[in-house]
Amino acid sequence: MSKIFGWCAGLLLMLCAQAQALDAALVGRLMTGDSDEKSQAITELVVSGDPAVAPLLQAFADGDLQASGSRALITSGGRIVDAVTAEVLPALPDDHEDLVVNNRMRRELADALAVLKLLSTERADRLSAARTLVNGADDAMLPLVKKALAAEQDSEIRGLLEGVAASMEIRTGDTAQRMAAIIKLGEAGGSNAKKLLLPLTVKNADGTWAEPDGDLRAAAASSLRSIESRLAWGERVGLVFAGLSLGSILLIAALGLAITYGLMGVINMAHGELMMIGAYATYVVQSLFRTHLPAWFDWYPLLAVPVAFVTAALVGMLLERLVIRFLYGRPLETLLATWGISLVLIQCVRSIFGAQNVQVENPAFMSGGVALMSNLVLPWNRIIIIGFALVVLGAVSLTLTRTRLGLFVRGVTQNRTMASCVGVATARIDTWAFGLGSGIAGLAGCGLSQIGNVGPELGQGYIVDSFMVVVLGGVGQLAGTVYAALGLGFANKLLEAWSGAVLAKIAVLVFIIVFIQRRPQGMFALKGRSLDA
Amino acid sequence: MNTHAAPSLVNRIYGPRAWLALAAFALIVFVAFPVANLVLPASSPLHLSAYWVALAGKIMCYAIVALAMDLIWGYAGILSLGHGLFFALGGYAMGMYLMRQIGREGQYKSDLPDFMVFLDWKALPWTWWNSDQFWWAAFLVVAVPGLLAFVFGWFAFRSRIRGVYFSIITQALTYAAMLLFFRNETGFGGNNGFTDFKRILGFDITAPQTRMALFMTTGAALILSLLAGRYIVTSKAGRVLQAIRDAEARVMFCGYDTRHYKLAVWTFSAVLCGIAGALYVPQVGIINPGEMSPANSIEIAIWVAVGGRGTLAGAVIGAFLVNGAKSFFTQAFPEYWLYVLGLAFILVTLYLPDGVVGLLQRWRRRLRSGSTVEPVATVKAEGDNA
Repeated sequence: MSKIFGWCAGLLLMLCAQAQALDAALVGRLMTGDSDEKSQAITELVVSGDPAVAPLLQAFADGDLQASGSRALITSGGRIVDAVTAEVLPALPDDHEDLVVNNRMRRELADALAVLKLLSTERADRLSAARTLVNGADDAMLPLVKKALAAEQDSEIRGLLEGVAASMEIRTGDTAQRMAAIIKLGEAGGSNAKKLLLPLTVKNADGTWAEPDGDLRAAAASSLRSIESRLAWGERVGLVFAGLSLGSILLIAALGLAITYGLMGVINMAHGELMMIGAYATYVVQSLFRTHLPAWFDWYPLLAVPVAFVTAALVGMLLERLVIRFLYGRPLETLLATWGISLVLIQCVRSIFGAQNVQVENPAFMSGGVALMSNLVLPWNRIIIIGFALVVLGAVSLTLTRTRLGLFVRGVTQNRTMASCVGVATARIDTWAFGLGSGIAGLAGCGLSQIGNVGPELGQGYIVDSFMVVVLGGVGQLAGTVYAALGLGFANKLLEAWSGAVLAKIAVLVFIIVFIQRRPQGMFALKGRSLDA
Repeated sequence: MNTHAAPSLVNRIYGPRAWLALAAFALIVFVAFPVANLVLPASSPLHLSAYWVALAGKIMCYAIVALAMDLIWGYAGILSLGHGLFFALGGYAMGMYLMRQIGREGQYKSDLPDFMVFLDWKALPWTWWNSDQFWWAAFLVVAVPGLLAFVFGWFAFRSRIRGVYFSIITQALTYAAMLLFFRNETGFGGNNGFTDFKRILGFDITAPQTRMALFMTTGAALILSLLAGRYIVTSKAGRVLQAIRDAEARVMFCGYDTRHYKLAVWTFSAVLCGIAGALYVPQVGIINPGEMSPANSIEIAIWVAVGGRGTLAGAVIGAFLVNGAKSFFTQAFPEYWLYVLGLAFILVTLYLPDGVVGLLQRWRRRLRSGSTVEPVATVKAEGDNA
């Protein structure tokens, strides 16, 4: 708010203070010339360094500029002011007409305003201006960019401006300047710099080099190489990150299944729907924060995580008590019954929340990302999901190995009769274990709500994948699930870069089908001699 | 048993009362429906509109699928969650032929199907070789699902994949195929699949006579599938299959190579599904990759479970019950259909392990014995004493 206020105040000051005024001929060309003349006039106005240029161009960009013959009338703020004489007019003259801002003008105005804003005192203004200029600016602005560069203290903005200046010098400077610019681009440039350097290294149609100077050509080629290798690294790291991200999503989706299916042997086709319940619980918490505690909105995940866990766990325990406990030892029947449960849950959610997707907004700290390289931005929400998956994994494995419940769960899994004989209430343990698995599904849903759509069909998309993870990893322990999830995540993303998303997915499914033929027990099987393992 | 003469084939397949029921069914399909639809005027109260013919024809296709599912699930104990794939493949094979029958009457007036013109393809891909010949389509309807099932089953049964594992990888199979068919590059119409058919064998596909002919063909196919299925399950091989379902290890140790039995019935089941799909497409007028979605395949299982696993007539009855309910609910109370279907899944697995047919048999047995003593057989789940 204060920023806008400052900007407006600055405008007013400039308007009042201008004494010697703008070059009327230049403004006239801006008013009446064709597109080329207009763009020329804009450049010259900016270069003139007159403080009255900014409000004029801003008014032009905002559509608040009227032409009356060759006079420019600024109509912003309810007043009509002659841009050159600063005279305030009572009404628009009869011959006034709107200045049309076409796309080209809009771009040039944005660049010109950006250059002007480079001298602003607000860091955010300067940063956004520098970002605008990176995408290309008129070469005539170079002196202004250099002036801004000389005054600039902030390293991020300096980096951007150096690139901008280099890309201008490469076209216009003398040999030494161009050489320096080429080397500078090679050190820091991204894909934009590549576009600038490429023309220097190619031949024209008639066989001559586009760039006659051999030294410059060689420097450009070597700069290109270093840029390309940097871009390639960015791509590679990006691929690894994408694989890690998908792997963590699969992991968190499959972890709950590793307990209910892997340990308890219950084929829970409603697992995806428990995830959906977790996601909707997050949605409800988020909405409550928005209406009742808007000031604390960024903190809603802290409450959403336990709420999602408890909601899904309660639903899971209820299902176990009402349906699944009657079907232990009959996996195919369990499969069908839980499929039925999933249909009922989907329809329930549709009836309550509607069939459309609902909007779950990220808290502020999860939006945006870390710009690691020029072509590599790691989104915060993905990074946080990876961390979240690791935390959940740690919590689950601690629960299973270090708590009484975990001990009982493992005992009941290994030998139900014996566990019962030594006094473990096996039926109750089943309920708790199933609740734990369901709660983890709820956590998965809470995590997924931060990176994808939340709708009644959310779970359906993950059920095949998560079963693949568990089946591939082998039944009975978590390590297999972890390796399988990460392996599938990487395989999917690597193939995706090579053959496209759908074919990659098909290839991975076919691979799993073939793999299961070779090793029906999965990657990590519990050793045993049972025929019907 | 050895002292008795082996029963004749007719007696072996069905008792006299079942034959009578089958004849009644044939009478409905081949006499009552054509008369009510084509002969009686529209004003007559007994007139049957085209809607009902199409619906009954569609459900009979589903019934063939249910029968195929029952053969492998009810008798061999293999739950396939990928039978929708075989159904869709048969449908696509027939759909290719129907697309070619459109000729130049598509929107773009081209020899190529519309979607290919839209994708700017210049020639038919190799998969469409000979697709304008009916005999080739008929061959593909049987061969493609059969071959896929054979190869898949060969490897799966060789690796002794069974139970839930088998179910899950069949589900992955149909899911992968669905993704594949969704792609435009696969050459089968992508998202939209095939539709807007005009003719079959030169006859107008929307004419009531053609539709009735398709309906009667479907009825014949259903009756033949039922008889073939009965033939299999009452044969010695059928006995072995049921033994495999109940105790595969024991059957293996008795010296049977269970893989062959499973593979044979699995492939036969897939072929039946392919035929059902081929009959389904001209009657419904569309085939798209949605038919391959895992949800569709699981739904087949509930038809069988509702009707009664392990009785072929039960599978047919189940298909009629569930799909009849589906078309009623999706029209009258669309928002409740998923509740009904979901609860059917839950309640049938919990309380009706033998389905409707099993329930009827139990009631009949109780009536006949005249006592309140529970029959010993098959009662496992709780809540059956109602």
